[in-house]
Amino acid sequence: MIPASFNYHRASSVNEALDLLKQYGDDARLLAGGHSLLPAMKLRMNAPANLIDIGRIAELNSIRVENGTLHIGAGATHSAIAASPDVQGHAPVLADTAGMIGDVQVRNKGTIGGSLAHADPAADYPAVLLILNASINVIGPNGTRSIAAGDFFQDLYVTALEENEIITGVEIPAMPQGAGAVYLKFAQPASRFALVGCAALVKKDGGTCSEVRVAFTGVGNMPFRDSGVEGALTGQSADASAIEAAAAQAAGGIDVLSDHFAGEDYRTHLARVYARRALSQAAGLA
Amino acid sequence: MGIPITVQVNGVSHSHEVEPRLLLAHYLRDVLRLTGTHIGCDTSSCGACTILVDGKAVKSCTMLAVQADGAEITTIEGLASNGELHPLQKSFNEEHGLQCGFCTPGMIMTATDLLANNPSPSEQEIRHALEGNYCRCTGYHNIVKAIQNAANTQG
Ligand SMILES: Cc1cc2nc3c(=O)[nH]c(=O)nc-3n(C[C@H](O)[C@H](O)[C@H](O)COP(=O)(O)OP(=O)(O)OC[C@H]3O[C@@H](n4cnc5c(N)ncnc54)[C@H](O)[C@@H]3O)c2cc1C
Ligand code: FES
Ligand code: FES
Repeated sequence: MIPASFNYHRASSVNEALDLLKQYGDDARLLAGGHSLLPAMKLRMNAPANLIDIGRIAELNSIRVENGTLHIGAGATHSAIAASPDVQGHAPVLADTAGMIGDVQVRNKGTIGGSLAHADPAADYPAVLLILNASINVIGPNGTRSIAAGDFFQDLYVTALEENEIITGVEIPAMPQGAGAVYLKFAQPASRFALVGCAALVKKDGGTCSEVRVAFTGVGNMPFRDSGVEGALTGQSADASAIEAAAAQAAGGIDVLSDHFAGEDYRTHLARVYARRALSQAAGLA
Repeated sequence: MGIPITVQVNGVSHSHEVEPRLLLAHYLRDVLRLTGTHIGCDTSSCGACTILVDGKAVKSCTMLAVQADGAEITTIEGLASNGELHPLQKSFNEEHGLQCGFCTPGMIMTATDLLANNPSPSEQEIRHALEGNYCRCTGYHNIVKAIQNAANTQG
């Protein structure tokens, strides 16, 4: 399968990419790792007249910890994130998650910026960024801004990105002292995308859960924090029955996705099962 | 509009003007006539088209030739040296790691990337590394054995 014709432009800096976006605007798409965009272009679901390749912009690739905050450039590949000692030290759950995306070949090309901009409802990073209270940095014609992960995802494949904005990176604050966090997914056996993915963070004081964060991917039109589960476990003891009771609240009030892989009932069931497992593992790490 | 690219493929430098939409897999097969890289699913799933780009396993059906400009590429044709099969090629032969052979170039290129980073992988690690490579014939068992064997002889 061959994509429709397009003009190719290679940006060597973020400023050059912004200029190219200004020039070609509506008729242009950014190309990062190409692992969402190229398959769609081969299927002719997308046919941009211009591709702006941002895959070689060195300033987008860095991963570093500064003043207790982890900064990951938009161009960092899933492989680089999985292997980074900075990510493993600061937010091990994120390194583990990057290592679960697709397969080796996909991880060697796909980038975190591309994944976030694409906003597939079953992508893995979003649930984890939600429980880490991450923010997403973007630059556009009107300068830079930072968007909380909770405000970034707005609907199926819809984000808070505005026209001609580029994601430059992600910032992740330190995890609460002594908290444990995990991400678990039931992978669709062919694509490895999450049929249901659950990220959980638990902080304990004595035997009780003083802070609980739970987020899902693959369950609704967009990733979301599950305040029902969080509220049900906060202040409770971290034992199996409390966790089971909280997990039973999963996806309350959510319009649960249904497709030929999994109907609404089955997805809701999986959400409860994965919430229970993720919460008990996170509590075990806390 | 053609875009000039220069790539090193199996140690040989090639320069061409290519159409931006030309896929790297098609560049290798149709322009360079290196047909060892197979196209199976053409939808980024099966891994038959796996090659090394700057040492990393990637699916060449999901990369544009223009994205490879300046890169060092290794395909299955580049593994044997001086008429000697690469240890992985030998081992796939000896352990019956192939039946029809369609998936084999991709399997071997992914395994090359794995062994470069992890010279003595466990069976579990080998199976995890092969998640993006499908084989419709062998049931994977002998493929895993072939990679284990090559790791032992290489180490
Ligand atoms: C076989 C296969 C399996 C996969 N499995 C998984 C999985 O299990 N879990 C998972 O989460 N994902 C999975 N993916 C998706 C993969 O993670 C993609 O790499 C990712 O979604 C897109 O990143 P990219 O760099 O390839 O982006 P591209 O494909 O280059 O771009 C995607 C979109 O984002 C835009 N874009 C890219 N970079 C930026 C930027 N910096 N700022 C603004 N817009 C930008 C592009 O214009 C385009 O619209 C899979 C993909 C494949 C092919
Ligand atoms: S042909 Fe490229 S992954 Fe199947
Ligand atoms: S040997 Fe036939 S597909 Fe693997």
